[in-house]
Amino acid sequence: MLLAVLSGFLVAASLLFPGRPLKGKGSVLLTLLPAGLFIYFCSLLPQAAAGERLFFHYPWVPAMGVNFDFWLDGLSMVFCLLITGIGTLIFFYASSYLKGHPYLDRFLGYLSMFMSAMLGLVLSDNVISLFVFWELTSITSFFLIGFNNDSEASRKSSMLALAITGGGGFFLMAGLVLMGTVAGSYSVQEMIAGNALMKNHALYGVICFLVCAGAFTKSAQFPFHFWLPGAMKAPTPVSAYLHSATMVKAGVYLLARLTPVLGNHPYWSLTLMITGGFTMVYAAVHSLFRTDLKSILAYSTISALGMLVFLIGVGTGEAFTAMAVFVLVHALYKASLFLVTGVIDHETGIRDVTRLSGLQKVLLPVAVAGVLAALSGGGIPLTFGFIGKDLIYEATMRAGNAGLLTAAALLTNILLLYAGFVAGIKPFTGRLSEAFQDVHLPPLSMWLPPLLLAVAGVVLGLFPGVLDVPVVGPVVTAMQGTAEGIHLHIWHGFNFTLLLSAVTLVAGVGFYLLRKPTHKAELTIGRLGFISPQRLITGAARGVIRFSDWFTILFQNGYLRVYLQYIVLFLTVLLGIRYLGEGRPEISVSQFSEITVYEGVVSGVILLAILVTILTSSRLTAIASLSVVGYCICLLFVFYSAPDLAMTQFTIDTLTVVLFVLVLFKLPAFTKISTTAVKVRDMVMAVAFGTLITIIALEVLEEPVNKEISRYYAENAYVLAKGKNVVNVILVDFRGLDTMVEITVLTIAAIGVFSLLKLKINPAEKE
Amino acid sequence: MKTIILKTASRYLLPLLLLFSVFILLRGHYLPGGGFVGGLVAAISFVLHAFANGLSNTRLLLKYHPRILIPIGLGLSLLSGFVPMLFGEPFMKGLWFPEPLPVIGMVGSALFFDIGVYFVVIGVTLTILFTISETTQLEE
Repeated sequence: MLLAVLSGFLVAASLLFPGRPLKGKGSVLLTLLPAGLFIYFCSLLPQAAAGERLFFHYPWVPAMGVNFDFWLDGLSMVFCLLITGIGTLIFFYASSYLKGHPYLDRFLGYLSMFMSAMLGLVLSDNVISLFVFWELTSITSFFLIGFNNDSEASRKSSMLALAITGGGGFFLMAGLVLMGTVAGSYSVQEMIAGNALMKNHALYGVICFLVCAGAFTKSAQFPFHFWLPGAMKAPTPVSAYLHSATMVKAGVYLLARLTPVLGNHPYWSLTLMITGGFTMVYAAVHSLFRTDLKSILAYSTISALGMLVFLIGVGTGEAFTAMAVFVLVHALYKASLFLVTGVIDHETGIRDVTRLSGLQKVLLPVAVAGVLAALSGGGIPLTFGFIGKDLIYEATMRAGNAGLLTAAALLTNILLLYAGFVAGIKPFTGRLSEAFQDVHLPPLSMWLPPLLLAVAGVVLGLFPGVLDVPVVGPVVTAMQGTAEGIHLHIWHGFNFTLLLSAVTLVAGVGFYLLRKPTHKAELTIGRLGFISPQRLITGAARGVIRFSDWFTILFQNGYLRVYLQYIVLFLTVLLGIRYLGEGRPEISVSQFSEITVYEGVVSGVILLAILVTILTSSRLTAIASLSVVGYCICLLFVFYSAPDLAMTQFTIDTLTVVLFVLVLFKLPAFTKISTTAVKVRDMVMAVAFGTLITIIALEVLEEPVNKEISRYYAENAYVLAKGKNVVNVILVDFRGLDTMVEITVLTIAAIGVFSLLKLKINPAEKE
Repeated sequence: MKTIILKTASRYLLPLLLLFSVFILLRGHYLPGGGFVGGLVAAISFVLHAFANGLSNTRLLLKYHPRILIPIGLGLSLLSGFVPMLFGEPFMKGLWFPEPLPVIGMVGSALFFDIGVYFVVIGVTLTILFTISETTQLEE
């Protein structure tokens, strides 16, 4: 199982080596990866459906309770099948769609990494590893959206998507860690077992908020939905795979997964119902005003995601069934529509729905796929979508507040039907314009995947029975414990649900026949842009950037003397406040040892050297006298029996002088820049700081000394590390890792100096 | 500062100081000294040579740029940490040969770690000093 999850990463890493052959025809071979995984998961399907516990444990950091625990239950199974199944078709499709692209291998590498991350996400039982995979999907999505990295719009969109989903990730992490703390375990299964504890905990509201924030950003719920239309800058296979069928459903998956832990609580249900419900209506209305095919699909995807969140919020058995079916319905028809759009875009270069018509004459198999997908999406009887839509109505009618919920679902479904028809049927009806006369059918690998998906949508509609026990039932079991009475039927008899379906169909189709998408409507909605969530959130983000610019320049203005001033001033003020607050420091002069002659002489020399340093007008003299200070301190170290320290200090001081002398050549002649006022200010600061440090040093003497550590080293240096020089033993043995890191830091410093000084910037390149 | 006295002296001081630096490095485990100080002393010996004979002559003497010592030293230190893992001990656990070698004394993984530190310090110090003095000379 670990291999199955990580295979995408391994394949992506191995792509580095063959390179060229895989950019050509060989790229089709990569389809074998998702296909193999799909077969693997299908082979586990009977066991999962029978309720067998499929749990795979691989220790990662067991000491902290973080492991690769994979748990394949009904809910994970549905997502695994979607990820690998649709993934197979996407890989197949992409190898033709991006044929000859110089970075095709890179693209497929990103896709397989994404697939692995997604599988890891839906299979993880441990919330920490779940979070790691969650973030990996955001990162791979970032690379895929910005795949056309020479286009500025692509780069911007990918940054936006990363900022929103990554920002949500922080909330999610906080939420998951809190959950782990409350439950005492990072395992979802153990959290489910102790869910009563979670719901009665004081932090429940906070956890609920954090988890929802993470899920809503990922699944493009209002007001974070706007990254998804932007993400359509990605190549179309990516839009179909990540931004419609799988990744954006990660948020839905998470909510479904945590329903047994956090659900059945008013906070949870109301948040999901209101956010999901509002999103589905809002986005469905928005899709009316778009003319770009991918935009229409993006908004209808947001709407469908809203529907899924809404259904989880409703929280009844019917709602969970409806959700499980709708996840499948939506993945099938929306991926198919995206792929159809990709073919149209690839062959005609146009995605503007007002200019596309009559393509059925040249792209017949694609037209069949588009129409079938639109029918399933619209919920026409005998398609899988019909069953999904019926279940949604049943769920809303049996919930509390049925009238309002049903009305919202009805409106959304009508508009979704309209959007699906515009995207899937409109380009394939009417007269073929002359511009498209020489459009020809793409290779099989491009029209077969959408056709397969669309046909699957119809076949499953005719035989829904094949799904209810193995797939849909286990999902509901995973979410509410039992799945009694869950059966998918093609015909529910004459009842109110059927009436609602009929209303949806009539209204939607009628609306489609009467209204044509126009650019005028798109312009109208554009005028409202100033209050859109996108504008508000990006505006806030810009404000933060401006503030941090201002703040950085205030403190980091590039003058070393200013940095020093800030540090010294800050410390002085902080310590000064402490002494003002706590009164006089206690220093007992009587305990001082007597000053020997040597010490007195050396201190006198130090004082003299400092005075010379300050008063001289020659740099060389200043440096020489500073080094006198350094050497005198070496002497003090010798007096107090620290020969190692003295040796090091001595050599360092020598080298510092050499360094100064080398740099001195470069400096202009010595001039007095500081005014008297500045000098006085610096003096006050220096004296205050020096006094404080002295007081602290004397005060330390009053504290009882803890000699335990030094005794430990002194006693064990020879016993454990066979050395007699304790200082050196500490450096190379007891704290060897610190030394290792220190020499690494030294190395970085050397590289820094070397590259800064050797760097020759071409004047033209200097911005 | 190209005086005859310094030039002549540096010719003898360079090997002496280098020997001294190795001495400091090796005695570190029992008496004051160690890789860090040893490395600094070795670096100073080359800096002295550069002062007396000019940087270009020192570079000629060294044949390779001192920066090459940095990865060698880092690698040696890291390897000395990994060696105990070959014997099933944790990372950086001290391993020692049972008998001391003549002149050098006890040899163990910590000694190799210290030699790595020695090389890194020489490499870093000389790279920084050489780079700075080269750039200042060029721009004069």
